[in-house]
Amino acid sequence: MKLSKRLFLGLAVGSTLATLPMSALAQDWEPTRPVDFTIMAGSGGGADQIARFVQSVVEANDMTNRPLIPTNRGGGSGAEALLHLKDARDPDHTLMVTLNSFYTTPIRQEGLGVDVEQFTPITMMGVDPFVLWVHKDSGITTFEQYIETVREMNGEYVMGGTGSGQEDSIVIAYMSGAYDLDIKYIPYDGGGAVAKDLAGQQIMATVNNPAEAKGFYEAGDFVPLLAFSDERMDAYPDVPTLKEKGHDFSYYNQRAIVGAPGMSDQAAAYYRDLFGKVYEGDDWQTYLVSESLSPLPMDEAETRAYWATQVENHRKLLSEID
Amino acid sequence: MEVLSFLASGVLTALEPINLGLILIGVTVGLFIGAMPGLGSVNGVAILLPITFLVPPASAIIFLAAIYYGAMYGGAISSVTLGIPGASTAVATTFDGRPLALQGRASLALVTAALASFVGGTVATVFFSLFAPLLATVALNFGPPEIFALMLLAFATFVGLGGDDIPKTIFSICFGLVLATVGFDTISGEPRLVLFDIQGFLRGIGFIVLAIGVYGIGEMLWTIEQTRGEITTTNPKMTVKGLASDAKEAVRRGWKGTWIGSLLGFFVGVLPAAGATPGSLMSYGVAKMVSKTPEEYGHGSPDGVAAPEAANNSASTGSMLPMLTLGIPGSPTTAILLGGMVIWGLTPGPRLFIDESEFVWGLIGSFYISNLAAVLINLAFIPLFVWMLRMPFTILAPLIFVLSIVGGFAASRSMHDLWLIVIFGLGAFFMRKFDYPLAPAVLAIVLGPIAEPTLRQSLLLSSGDPAIFFTRPIAGPITVIAIILILLPAIKLLRRKGRVATS
Amino acid sequence: MRQGEISLAGILALFSLYLMWKSTELPIGYIRGQGPGGGFWPFWLSVGMLLSCLAIAWNWWRGKSPAALSDEPLMDAFGWRTVLFVGGGVVGFVAMISIVSMYGAVALFLIYYLRFLGRHSWLLTLAIAVVLPVALFFFFEGAMQISMPQGLPFTQPFFDVMYDIIY
Repeated sequence: MKLSKRLFLGLAVGSTLATLPMSALAQDWEPTRPVDFTIMAGSGGGADQIARFVQSVVEANDMTNRPLIPTNRGGGSGAEALLHLKDARDPDHTLMVTLNSFYTTPIRQEGLGVDVEQFTPITMMGVDPFVLWVHKDSGITTFEQYIETVREMNGEYVMGGTGSGQEDSIVIAYMSGAYDLDIKYIPYDGGGAVAKDLAGQQIMATVNNPAEAKGFYEAGDFVPLLAFSDERMDAYPDVPTLKEKGHDFSYYNQRAIVGAPGMSDQAAAYYRDLFGKVYEGDDWQTYLVSESLSPLPMDEAETRAYWATQVENHRKLLSEID
Repeated sequence: MEVLSFLASGVLTALEPINLGLILIGVTVGLFIGAMPGLGSVNGVAILLPITFLVPPASAIIFLAAIYYGAMYGGAISSVTLGIPGASTAVATTFDGRPLALQGRASLALVTAALASFVGGTVATVFFSLFAPLLATVALNFGPPEIFALMLLAFATFVGLGGDDIPKTIFSICFGLVLATVGFDTISGEPRLVLFDIQGFLRGIGFIVLAIGVYGIGEMLWTIEQTRGEITTTNPKMTVKGLASDAKEAVRRGWKGTWIGSLLGFFVGVLPAAGATPGSLMSYGVAKMVSKTPEEYGHGSPDGVAAPEAANNSASTGSMLPMLTLGIPGSPTTAILLGGMVIWGLTPGPRLFIDESEFVWGLIGSFYISNLAAVLINLAFIPLFVWMLRMPFTILAPLIFVLSIVGGFAASRSMHDLWLIVIFGLGAFFMRKFDYPLAPAVLAIVLGPIAEPTLRQSLLLSSGDPAIFFTRPIAGPITVIAIILILLPAIKLLRRKGRVATS
Repeated sequence: MRQGEISLAGILALFSLYLMWKSTELPIGYIRGQGPGGGFWPFWLSVGMLLSCLAIAWNWWRGKSPAALSDEPLMDAFGWRTVLFVGGGVVGFVAMISIVSMYGAVALFLIYYLRFLGRHSWLLTLAIAVVLPVALFFFFEGAMQISMPQGLPFTQPFFDVMYDIIY
């Protein structure tokens, strides 16, 4: 074992010195056992869907010599998955599909001792924007009307979300702060449950990813009021963004694949090559459009810089909530 | 009538050679996966998801639904033969299935389970075909207060499940409910009850960990100690004639439970978030309540096997409904099916029945065919499972331990949970010695995670006013019935005491 | 039995107290306008556990439960030995997993149980102890795509060979 590791290391140094292209380097390393494909959330959510989609594409096209094994480790709002990666016995065969609890959970649960900036960037598969939805029976069609209604209700306006400190609660908290709104917030255990209770009018509005609300939107039950993206979304060209309303705020859920801390460069290169191919494939590109994800391709250095700014942003946003 | 023509074309779709072949394979695979403790339909569906890329979407979901069905049938097999409920939906099946097996009537229990499952699945499919859109609206009316009221009703049926020792039963219920809160509090977003500050508890304590610990380890130890490792189940022999007479007996002694389970299971299953476990539990409780011979329950009543089995199959079909019409998964398995539909470019939701009617009706048609296939294949394999019981106990026992540990790991993928299984197992052994009933704890750990958040969501909605459970039109009556049912035994007890005192 | 009943109730009561104490990390009261806090549910149910234990003790003192009246020992020597050997075997099984991998531990446990507790012939013992782990390997790693724990590094060459066979 030791010998071969050293050999690999020598090979790596040698080939880097010879400035071989990355893809050639990737050929040198292949997984020798099944790859642990940890999902940072329970089954059924966006991250789970994406992980299983990616795994299916890899499997269907026979792109790896060892299978990717998707495992849900959503416990403690992703803490379980983060710990699993941090203490991975075999970093070269351990990957994780993330959402934004990747940033928020280590900040909220400092006892975990997880520093996400030590994780290995692999591929950013896309980012998922958030949209403010109401039920069509509420009669609200614009964001201004919404603001007015919330103010009139004087603290009795009920919104649902996936829990304090979660993505949508950050968005709602920012919005409430910016417009001085008093909203009653009910936490649920998943975006799907939130959307369902909006459809049943148990709650009055939600901040959901488009994918979660799509079915009800197409049936005409949901009305989108405001997008929290940088620019107007292709799927909802008539829906204004918060930026247009004069607030410099956008928020996305990241759909990224990361490797365990301490993953070797060869392994990382192999996975980047692999998921790069998945990303460029037709299947994924179709998925991006149908689920209204935004592409955000980044290389390793850019991802690391992106992580640093995200951690900083979330630290600020979360400190404003509590 | 429009429905019938849709349905006819759906059944024809399901009967296409490729689809029929997939149904047969799917049901068989599902049956064996479901029969392994720790593995359930969710595993089968998840691993076969990629394969479905190779066939058209309608065939793919038919295949996955067939696995789902097969696994639901298979769940009863480990409950009866090994005494370990492989999935939370099969806990209630152990109550009477296991005693039957110990009396050497394993084949009767298995035949009853298979036939009840068939009726449950078919009844549910008929409802499904006729009322799908209507039921979707009903499901939407179930917000947190209604779901909590329903959970209260499920707890009410616990009252009849405990032993004679009331404090020990209450202890068991509370214990299960507290264990269910370990890990993470979704409402406040804070870690909670991370016992002894071991980070492994952050993931919470799953049903399967407690169930395998209690039944796979604790109950086995108890059996070995009680019987001194000597006795085994009375030698069950299987013949075609025996099978036929078992089937007759199953129909005669299990039809009542079957009907109760089929109807109740479906309506509970349709509600998102409730699912098949409360459905099977409530059916067992109701069947026992209306039975003329309630004392038979728990000692090998075929009705007691039929009710939960009919209910969990009926509920699994029911839980497809919110998935298709609302895009809400009612169980982990339907969550993965939902992901599959997205992969194939279908959008589950209110428009699915209109936009993709061929797909939907093909799926519904496949329910009928899958059910028929599942019951036939299941009956064909019963001799094999019964034969397993004829192994000497000194071979069967280590096999059960191995399957418990391996299956426990497969379900949880964590060494931490494996140690917990062992600890629960040893603890359960001693509690069993002193007649603590543990089934209530196992069920409480399933219902707790539904009951607690819905209670708190409701109270958040009402700004802390508990009247919300009584004033809403659906929640109100359910809550009242539940409270009456909970208080009933206490009232009976008081009356009996009063009579004793006066006489 | 009589002593056991009250000792077990005592242990469970202590455990309830621990759970109550641990629950207080989150608010256990009824927060105005919001309903119960995060510790409310576990705290009051732990109180329920404690009260049940007290009731069990009360029944014991009054001699109401069967166990409280029985002067029989909890288990005789044979019983203790069985539980020790079987229960200890299972504990050893789980402990071995991190050392010799899941499949190795299964094989060792089967040898231990079949040969030394079950007194079966070596032939049968070894046949089952070899065939079952291999069958489980193909079922889990091959068919179900679930990786089991692999133990210390020395088991690795074995797994490499097996993976080459199945993939």
